[in-house]
Amino acid sequence: MALDLAQFHDAFFDESFEALDTMEASLLKLTVGAPEPELIGTIFRVAHSIKGGSATFGFSEVASFTHTCETLLDELRANRMNVSRPITDLLLRSVDVMRDMLRAVQHKSPIDAQRVADLQFDLELAILQKNNAPAAPEPAPVATPPAAAAAASKSAYSWRIHFRPYSQLLIHGNDPLRMLRELGDLGDLTVNVDASNVPSLQQLDPESCFLIWDLRLNTDVTREVVEQIFDWAEGDCELRISEESAAPAAAAASAPAVAEPAAPVAKAEKAAEPARPALSVVPTHDAAEAPKQQGLGEGGSIRVSTEKIDELMNTVGELVITQSMLTQLGTKLEGGVAEQLRAGLAQLERNVRELQESVMRVRMLPISFVFSRFPRMVRDLSGRLGKNVELKVTGDQTELDKTVLEKIGDPLVHLVRNSVDHGIEMPNVRTAAGKSATGTVFLEAYHKGGNITVEVGDDGGGLNKDRILEKARSRGLVGATETITDDQVYELIFMAGFSTAEQTTDISGRGVGMDVVRRNIKELGGTIEVRSELGKGSRFIITLPLTLAIVDGQSVSVGTESYIVPLITIIESLQLKAGMVNRVAGQGEVFWFRDRYLPVLRLHEIFGVKPRTTQLHEGLIMVVEGDGRRVGLFVDDLLGQQQVVIKSLETNFRRVDGISGATILGDGSVALILDVAGLVRVAQQRAAA
Amino acid sequence: MQAAETRNGAVETGSHQVLTFTLGEETYGVDILRVQEIRGYSTVTRIPQSPPHILGVLNLRGSIVPVVDLRMRFNLERAEYTPLTVIIVLSVESAVGRRDFGVVVDGVSDVIDVASNDVKPAPELGEQVSTEFIEGLAAVSGRMVMLLDIDTLIGGDVAGLAAAPAATAA
Repeated sequence: MALDLAQFHDAFFDESFEALDTMEASLLKLTVGAPEPELIGTIFRVAHSIKGGSATFGFSEVASFTHTCETLLDELRANRMNVSRPITDLLLRSVDVMRDMLRAVQHKSPIDAQRVADLQFDLELAILQKNNAPAAPEPAPVATPPAAAAAASKSAYSWRIHFRPYSQLLIHGNDPLRMLRELGDLGDLTVNVDASNVPSLQQLDPESCFLIWDLRLNTDVTREVVEQIFDWAEGDCELRISEESAAPAAAAASAPAVAEPAAPVAKAEKAAEPARPALSVVPTHDAAEAPKQQGLGEGGSIRVSTEKIDELMNTVGELVITQSMLTQLGTKLEGGVAEQLRAGLAQLERNVRELQESVMRVRMLPISFVFSRFPRMVRDLSGRLGKNVELKVTGDQTELDKTVLEKIGDPLVHLVRNSVDHGIEMPNVRTAAGKSATGTVFLEAYHKGGNITVEVGDDGGGLNKDRILEKARSRGLVGATETITDDQVYELIFMAGFSTAEQTTDISGRGVGMDVVRRNIKELGGTIEVRSELGKGSRFIITLPLTLAIVDGQSVSVGTESYIVPLITIIESLQLKAGMVNRVAGQGEVFWFRDRYLPVLRLHEIFGVKPRTTQLHEGLIMVVEGDGRRVGLFVDDLLGQQQVVIKSLETNFRRVDGISGATILGDGSVALILDVAGLVRVAQQRAAA
Repeated sequence: MQAAETRNGAVETGSHQVLTFTLGEETYGVDILRVQEIRGYSTVTRIPQSPPHILGVLNLRGSIVPVVDLRMRFNLERAEYTPLTVIIVLSVESAVGRRDFGVVVDGVSDVIDVASNDVKPAPELGEQVSTEFIEGLAAVSGRMVMLLDIDTLIGGDVAGLAAAPAATAA
């Protein structure tokens, strides 16, 4: 049957990119001089599986390059070569090249052959120059002994199994150790291994299997169950299963005899080892492979397209609305049955909430997906700048919505880059200031009150307020004699084109960025604030909603209409007394709030609605913040707080100024969600007109 | 009118089904394949800063659908909304993609077969009467049915101001 391999391409690319990320992370964790065998194993497997995959799909350039990479890694794995900084650098560059090659293949664009060839040459050179130190014996594999089958004495069957793998068994991903361990779990297993075929170390191919096993299993399970264990190895081995006569009697008779040789599988393996030291290569590889395979079986995952999850989210959103409609109806009923109905509805409500939360969790991913790129970036940047920078990451398992995750990457890259470039000083400056020569960049994520907070900080020089102010004055942004608060000074760095860097580097300093950072964060419904202390460092604190699909809202009423104001934009709600409002130039109304005058924005005027009252002291003022500006929004009344599912108006209509979306309330009617930043802009345009 | 007919796919089939509805004394028709749903009138949520004939939005099984009052769109005398007032939900091809729109009409009459031969172009009535959204006129059992080109009629309400980039993803 002709198989269309193209259908697997996407999965291959997805997996490969993920695997390359893992490889990169593992490379960064490698300690020069004393590499951890597990990490090298991980790295090797990535290269190996990409090689295999690309060869299968006919991406020969990728396969050829990865093969060279794999050869080098194999040298490292076998301890025939030392892990040095140049080698890890070389491998990191290989990761980049592999990633670019795969991307090129994915988009059917040409591969930069020169770059690939150059690096491949470097890799080959490194392999040739390896220090020919003899292979140090690797630590013996630590295979956990399987739970000894307790009831061995009364087994229904006694199976004799002759298991002779062909040499390609391992290449096809089968793990004899795992099979033996599974057999061990089924009952009392006696293992005899024939290692006579194993060649000498020089001729040994670590990817081939040379062992032959003769097994005896006293168990209650049938032949089918035993055969199932070898299902995957079918065609890769010679397998004979036969029953020993008179099982119960034999079991009883063999019980004492079995007692000693029926050692756990691992012991049998170990026993085989001293005979031929070469063997250690094979089991090590397998031992590393085993946890992965087990992981697939138990905590397995599947790939689901985000569209499907979004559909599910939508449907659950509908369910929530229908459920609250029913609940409202239920409260109107009376009588005994109504009581039962209400109890049922309450149960339904709980279930629906749980369902909604579960679906939301499906969309949640740990922020490590974004954080994982930073160790590499900080390492490269600090190397280029000649600084010593250590990156400290905490809370990288904090989960947030995938859409938020995708959009937060770029702002964070910018902030981290700034911290390394501007924040951390050169080592000599640091020592002169009495700090350790190595600077630290912090990256922290944690949940706080229904939001996620991400902090990017450094222990560098901090923001220089005087310099920012000076620069702002020279550019006429702040009057020469005007004094402004610290917060206002920090606010300046978010202005477009504002940079105090003495020289523009290719890393940062062109003044493009902080405004974009803030805009991106605002678009996600989040906020960013700055804390800084001169000489001690600065900290950028980003607060983001957990998801974009749901917002905590405050309902307000204006006349007969009701609107939802996102809770995150509300500073305070207050009632003005008559006489507290002043008019500026007979036009705009302002009132004193905390430390300044704020303009009043009459929602009914902007939206052209007939309000209950036009007297400011009869309604309510809601102080809201959008685009860094505060205004007092005049509404009739506050109704209540609720979580609402955001629906786009643009799906069937178009964008409306001052409205960010709509939602469906419990009674099935539609309420509009206010876009506070948009309202502030509308108000400014009106004032200007 | 050749272009209009081709767009509707009516020429090939020879005849197509049309849902007719009334506005005052007149009967209009829309291609039945464009009709998503017919439902009773329910209160809509007004959208600020929109043209007067766009009444607002309502909840159509979870999606937010704008509603147009055809009487106001055609500058007819306004009628009171009663429980018998009907909203026809149509799918409209606009310059920015497929949109669902509700139109408020007085009442739904019938589904009729209209042969392509029976469709006559709308006469030019001078500048007072705009006929660009009339696809053609059909005489069916003695009555004149105005076939509406809903893409032209409603699509403009979407495309006109849709250039602004989306700021919210929902």
